Amino acid sequence: MLAGHPSVFGHPSAQLADLYSSCPCRQDQLTLLLQLFGQNNHLSCPRVFLYGPTGSGKSHVISSILNTLKLPHALVNCVECYTSRLLYDHILNQVAMVTPTPDNGYTNHSRCDNMNDFVKTLRTVIEDRELQEETVYIVLDKAERLREMDMNILPAFLRLGELTGCNVCVILLTEIVWEKFRAGTGVCEPLVLHFPDYTKDELLEISSLDCPAGYTKDFYMSYVNIVLSVFYMACRNLNEIRHLALLNFPKFCEPIKRGEATDEDVHKLWRNIEPHLRKALQTVYLREVSSAQWERMQEEAASQESSGANIKTKVNMELPFYSKFLLIAAYLASYNPARTDRRFFLKHAGRTKKTVQQMKRDERTSSQLLGPKPFPLDRLMAIFYSIVEGKVAPTANIYSQISSLVTLRLMTQVGSDDQLDGSKFKCTVGLDFIRSIARTVNFDIIRYLYDFV
Amino acid sequence: MSKRKSTGLTVVSESASYAELQKILRERIYKISAPEEIDEDSDLEKPRRHLLDLIQRCSSMGESNSALIIGPRGAGKTMLLKSVLDELKENRDFRDNVLEVHLNGLLQTDDRIALKEITRQLQLENAVGDRVFGSFADNLAFLLEALKKGSRDSQAVLFVLEEFDLFAHHKNQTLLYNLFDVAQSQQAPITVIGLTCRLDVIELLEKRVKSRFSHRQIHLFNSLTFDRYLEVFSSLLTLPTAEVKDKKFCAKWNKHVQNLSDDPGVTTILRKLYDTSKDIRTLKTFLMLPVARISLSHSRLELADFAEAHKILTADSKSNTLHGLSVLELCLVVAMRRLSDIFVNQPFNFQMVYNEYQKFVQTRSHAVQGFERPVVLKAFEHLQQMELVRAAEGAGIGGRGQKEFRPMTLMIDRSQLMQAIQKYPACPTEVKHWANTL
Repeated sequence: MLAGHPSVFGHPSAQLADLYSSCPCRQDQLTLLLQLFGQNNHLSCPRVFLYGPTGSGKSHVISSILNTLKLPHALVNCVECYTSRLLYDHILNQVAMVTPTPDNGYTNHSRCDNMNDFVKTLRTVIEDRELQEETVYIVLDKAERLREMDMNILPAFLRLGELTGCNVCVILLTEIVWEKFRAGTGVCEPLVLHFPDYTKDELLEISSLDCPAGYTKDFYMSYVNIVLSVFYMACRNLNEIRHLALLNFPKFCEPIKRGEATDEDVHKLWRNIEPHLRKALQTVYLREVSSAQWERMQEEAASQESSGANIKTKVNMELPFYSKFLLIAAYLASYNPARTDRRFFLKHAGRTKKTVQQMKRDERTSSQLLGPKPFPLDRLMAIFYSIVEGKVAPTANIYSQISSLVTLRLMTQVGSDDQLDGSKFKCTVGLDFIRSIARTVNFDIIRYLYDFV
Repeated sequence: MSKRKSTGLTVVSESASYAELQKILRERIYKISAPEEIDEDSDLEKPRRHLLDLIQRCSSMGESNSALIIGPRGAGKTMLLKSVLDELKENRDFRDNVLEVHLNGLLQTDDRIALKEITRQLQLENAVGDRVFGSFADNLAFLLEALKKGSRDSQAVLFVLEEFDLFAHHKNQTLLYNLFDVAQSQQAPITVIGLTCRLDVIELLEKRVKSRFSHRQIHLFNSLTFDRYLEVFSSLLTLPTAEVKDKKFCAKWNKHVQNLSDDPGVTTILRKLYDTSKDIRTLKTFLMLPVARISLSHSRLELADFAEAHKILTADSKSNTLHGLSVLELCLVVAMRRLSDIFVNQPFNFQMVYNEYQKFVQTRSHAVQGFERPVVLKAFEHLQQMELVRAAEGAGIGGRGQKEFRPMTLMIDRSQLMQAIQKYPACPTEVKHWANTL
């Protein structure tokens, strides 16, 4: 497969071999792109749009082609260049090979305020470097951000070759499909290419490349296979899998170090690591425990139980006594329909039983599904007085606690047209949180929730 | 093939001729508006005469005029204008007599930039090299004065406004008003040619601007018949005999192209392409991949090359995206599809999706493992990032609170989902069954 190409592209075969070995499992895409780029002095495909899932090697393949073959290029990330000026500056600096350093006082190649100047300057830069014959590549990573900039930027970049009159190839890299980029009166359609996701075998093959020293490749691959068996259903991102595999590898090797098992005891090793990985899925994968913490926890194996504590601290929040009741009242007001207030909070209201039909209807319109509803301040205070024991004077203190709950984002104000009168609130905490709050004040919240009665 | 066995010397010359072939074909196919000869009998001939006449009258008789060339993208507006200008420029008189100003709505996004660009291209006195001095008002007054001072005998100016509809979005349409006004009155002879793809562009103009415009419109449409389309296909690939050094190679290649355009397999693919879009630009995009592939080791274009290019060009991007999802994310998409089918045209939120997913895990699935809520939420957010799920319209205030209760809509069709599930590698049978009960 490799043998035929070097003479065609006019690139040294050593570089091509380098290229193919640095991008494992991307041979087809690499060949396709190299064919499209052609030789240096040929016209290259003017517009390429590459899309594919996260971690499918889009940026890696493109940047290794450009760097290995030493093609003149500019590689910019549209997240970094959040204004059009930054975008122009970065591209021009890279094409003109100017780096802002302390020596030149961090100056850019030239000042560009608009697309018109950019196109003009780019042309002169290309002429200065005598690149008229060669193709200049401009790679825009995370190109979906271009849609949020001025509306002329994306169409102009897609016509850059025509506007500058030079041999320019613009490559857009993104995760989002091309259809979502079209706007207005249309643009020049680029050549849309897809980078497919890595299959399970390819993931294994790539992960096995970073096998730690001292272990055989087969051993590491069998380990990655176990990692995949836990994570593959939820996550196919190569970066994530690699990170998790490297993070948990010391734990996997522990029985061997202690002498309890050997390399061949696959079953034993699997039994040892599997619960550990399942825990990782709920903690490290969600970044509830940072990777550094996780590594520390692995070292002191005894402290494994503390991993749970880290999650619970999020739910446990110290609040004043009345604030707790105010929050509970807000939760009840948000999640119960107002018509049921009599039944829950009045002393002598007759208890009504739900009919089957009503229950079916409620399932569709349950607040637990649809989320909190806004309520007026009066209703909150009425519920608060009926659930709190003893007499509480409506002091300024109580009201200020409501507004501090709003600043803590435990409640939000809806329709903030009037601060004092007639404004409505919503409770924005989850059921788990409110249950743990209610437990601290010995209040059985489930009994008062319409959806659970 | 016998070629491979030939001596080293001929191989070198052969690779050179392949490099030459690549160069010529790439020049033709990869460039956006490569000039193209216009035949006598083509549909473009009449508009071309019209345009030629218009511009010529400006240069020779000092008439001022304005016209709009209107046509869809890829219909050859720029190409037409370029071929007219190329023909006129052969005439020395025209070259001396006419100044050209090219503006593009994508580059000159407001009148200030456009004015500076005009001053620069006309090389007026307040322009030194590439820099233009003076404020907007100064520049405008200066430019108008320069144009007004002129009479029928002074040099004519040809203004070409590409993406004309974007100029109509400038504030007060000052530039357009002034250009059309000069074209109307007895001042320096100017011709304004606008190129646009909006058919309703006249409606965008203000009344005073519209009344000064000559209402001369040239419409271009992609009206190729399929036979003409085939001719264009073979002419794009045919090598010019005069320019290629190796005549034998050239003749051989052209024979091969002739065979290709007679091949029923190739014509079927071209027919499919023609049925979706008639413009030449799509055809060129289609030819990019096969042409890039021609080399010493792959000396002929085959049906398989075209078939693959067609596959790449017509691939459904949403199905491709779905293919890259994990099983959990796919389950969520199925759950969302179910919800959108049950509550027609109503947005859903994460909590509903999670409930639906839970129901599936509890009742049907044994092989598909159930995941914790935060893990499911992460998968849901990934779908949102891929823009397969979008916040529903009018979700302004409701969306501010918790992300679980933000109203969402699914951007995937049922047929797309079914197709993707069929193609999904190692899709669990439960998920398949579940999707089938939609």
